[in-house]
Amino acid sequence: MAALRHPQIVIASDLAQGDVVVLGAAGWERDHLRAKIAYDGEAAAALKAAADAEVAANRVVDAYLVDVAIAADGAPTPLHFREQFRFAGPSVRPDLGKQAERREGDGR
Amino acid sequence: MTAHDPTLPPRPNSAPIGYAYDEYDRAFVRERVAEFRGQVERRLAGALTEDEFRPFRLMNGLYLQLHAYMLRVAIPYGTLTSRQMRQLAHIADTWDKGYGHFTTRQNLQFNWPRLVDVPDILEALADVDMHAIQTSGNCIRNVTADHFAGVAADEIEDPRPTAEFLRQWSSAHAEFSFLPRKFKIAVTGAEHDRAAVKVHDIGLRVVKNAAGDIGYEVIVGGGLGRTPFIGKLLREFLPRAELLAYLEAILRVYNRFGRRDNKYKARIKILVHETGLDELRAQVEAEFAAMDRAPFAYDSEEFARVAAFFGTAPYDELPERSEAFEKAKADDAAFAAFAAVNVAPHRASGYAIVTVSLKPIGGIPGDATAAQMRALADAADAYGFGELRVSHEQNIILPHVRKDDLHALWRDLDAVGLATANAGLISDIISCPGLDYCALATARSIPIAQAISKRFADLERQRRIGQLGVKISGCINACGHHHVGAIGILGLEKKGVESYQVTLGGDPTLDASIGELIGPGVSAEEVPDVIENLVEFYLAERCEGERFIDTVRRLGHKRFKESARREGEDGSGI
Ligand code: HEM
Ligand code: SF4
Repeated sequence: MAALRHPQIVIASDLAQGDVVVLGAAGWERDHLRAKIAYDGEAAAALKAAADAEVAANRVVDAYLVDVAIAADGAPTPLHFREQFRFAGPSVRPDLGKQAERREGDGR
Repeated sequence: MTAHDPTLPPRPNSAPIGYAYDEYDRAFVRERVAEFRGQVERRLAGALTEDEFRPFRLMNGLYLQLHAYMLRVAIPYGTLTSRQMRQLAHIADTWDKGYGHFTTRQNLQFNWPRLVDVPDILEALADVDMHAIQTSGNCIRNVTADHFAGVAADEIEDPRPTAEFLRQWSSAHAEFSFLPRKFKIAVTGAEHDRAAVKVHDIGLRVVKNAAGDIGYEVIVGGGLGRTPFIGKLLREFLPRAELLAYLEAILRVYNRFGRRDNKYKARIKILVHETGLDELRAQVEAEFAAMDRAPFAYDSEEFARVAAFFGTAPYDELPERSEAFEKAKADDAAFAAFAAVNVAPHRASGYAIVTVSLKPIGGIPGDATAAQMRALADAADAYGFGELRVSHEQNIILPHVRKDDLHALWRDLDAVGLATANAGLISDIISCPGLDYCALATARSIPIAQAISKRFADLERQRRIGQLGVKISGCINACGHHHVGAIGILGLEKKGVESYQVTLGGDPTLDASIGELIGPGVSAEEVPDVIENLVEFYLAERCEGERFIDTVRRLGHKRFKESARREGEDGSGI
């Protein structure tokens, strides 16, 4: 299997809502902790192919692979700050975006 | 509005003025909403792919950003009624997250609309004669104007009737709906340029010739973005009667010869640069001479009719000096500071122009909550004939306030956090959304603005520093005008982290200049120190009456550059 320098996940924008989603085992998820993680080239290619099919099926827009680091608890964190912001929301408005929903949800 | 809609009879010069749409305009906007509703339905049903849908949504001002869609609403020539402002607040509350972002191009951006809701939002805009048409895409964008239009003490003529004529001409103009690139026009009618006409694709200045006739100075090829250019003088005096035909000729030449092979070289500024001004002028004049000008014939009655809609407000006859105002200033130092900085002279005796800063210390430049929008609408009704303006500095203007009312207005504004006395000062920062919202960004810009604003929080110190434009962009596209900031800041990515380039000496006015880099990029944390060093150096070196930009020009770039480095001798990379 072709090794990846970093594990990868797929991120996209939901067509109808416009918010950020990740591809999970059972489809698109709002919570990036539920993202399906690819550890090798084949798995990443399969993830991307599945995402492209979803783009073609007009459920999401602009799907792409993102390099992540995996924390001890298994949570994927994007390596690039751009995607870190996409998973959080505007850094200047902690009351908005996913960071706010997360706080409201389970205190994480 | 619909002069070039092929389904309607041609009405080249008939203008529906400002927001008093006539039935044609209402019908046109409603049709566009219905059309877009259909497109959204087909997109959601999967009948349109994103590639097919994207041009449609962009034509209606809808982008896809980092966290959500973004809808850009046009505020033609920056003029807004209180009713429209209330509707924007209603939209923010109903379909967005309770706020909006006023931009440098006299637009309002909603950052969180859902695609499914956008048709309803557009419908709500149409209810108050507003829309998002031509706020994106490669067409002629919202025509902007001096935000002090019609009330400035230094004005030759209100630029808005001209801007309205241009809006008429350019709206749904079939031939110019697929230009090589976007096209931005700004108009000013005053001596002092508050509309940044030299950094637009076309800048127009209302001027008077020796015979006393009114016409236009035509400036072409200005622009910011990755290759900034100061606009060049194409025509010193264009008679008003030839305005539309001449602009049509310019656009035709641009449409024909502007580059389409590379979008970074597609703006008219590049065409002007590569063709040469004289050659381009010859091409425009040739087109102008050869074209059928009849459809663009000037109708002076129509112009007068349009101008009447922007006529003088029903001012009371008042003495120039207001005792109430003078007394309030004497009694209340905070109000006196506000009056000194945010209040400008009005052409009518006893009235003043008030700039309401959307730059609270540490706040997000240009953002206003729905509650603030309503408070502004209420203030406009109570104190200013129900009229508001949006400035390219991302502030709101109340253009006609009785001096007698200034103190009461200030108290009302203060109650909703809108009384920051910093118009034109170092914390009145222009900032684009940057990486907090924008999909094209390479770095954040808002937190940089906030950090600088907090560093200089002391308004007394800000007043001592005086006029100083800090402008910040989150990428090379330069939406935050950093090239023309006396201090400009450009956010980039360097080795995986945000890095900021600082430029010095930019100026958006008639003395326009592009800022020069002072050195290699610095980290976000270092930016306030660099700015502080520059400011301290200026304070130490300035001569009586000199603004920051004047001192930069007198002493030269090099001396300032050295001052910015001062703290960096330890190799911290400043
Ligand atoms: C958030 C979504 C935005 C996107 C995707 C965007 C995109 C762009 C791009 C691609 C350019 C460069 C065009 C060129 O050089 O050909 C540009 C320029 C510009 N934009 Fe934006 N922009 C956005 C927001 C804004 C905002 C919020 C403002 C006002 C604060 C703004 C005002 C401008 C201005 C003044 C310019 C430079 C003037 C010029 O056109 O040369 N834009 N924008
Ligand atoms: S300058 Fe760049 S980051 Fe800022 S709004 Fe424009 S495109 Fe986005």
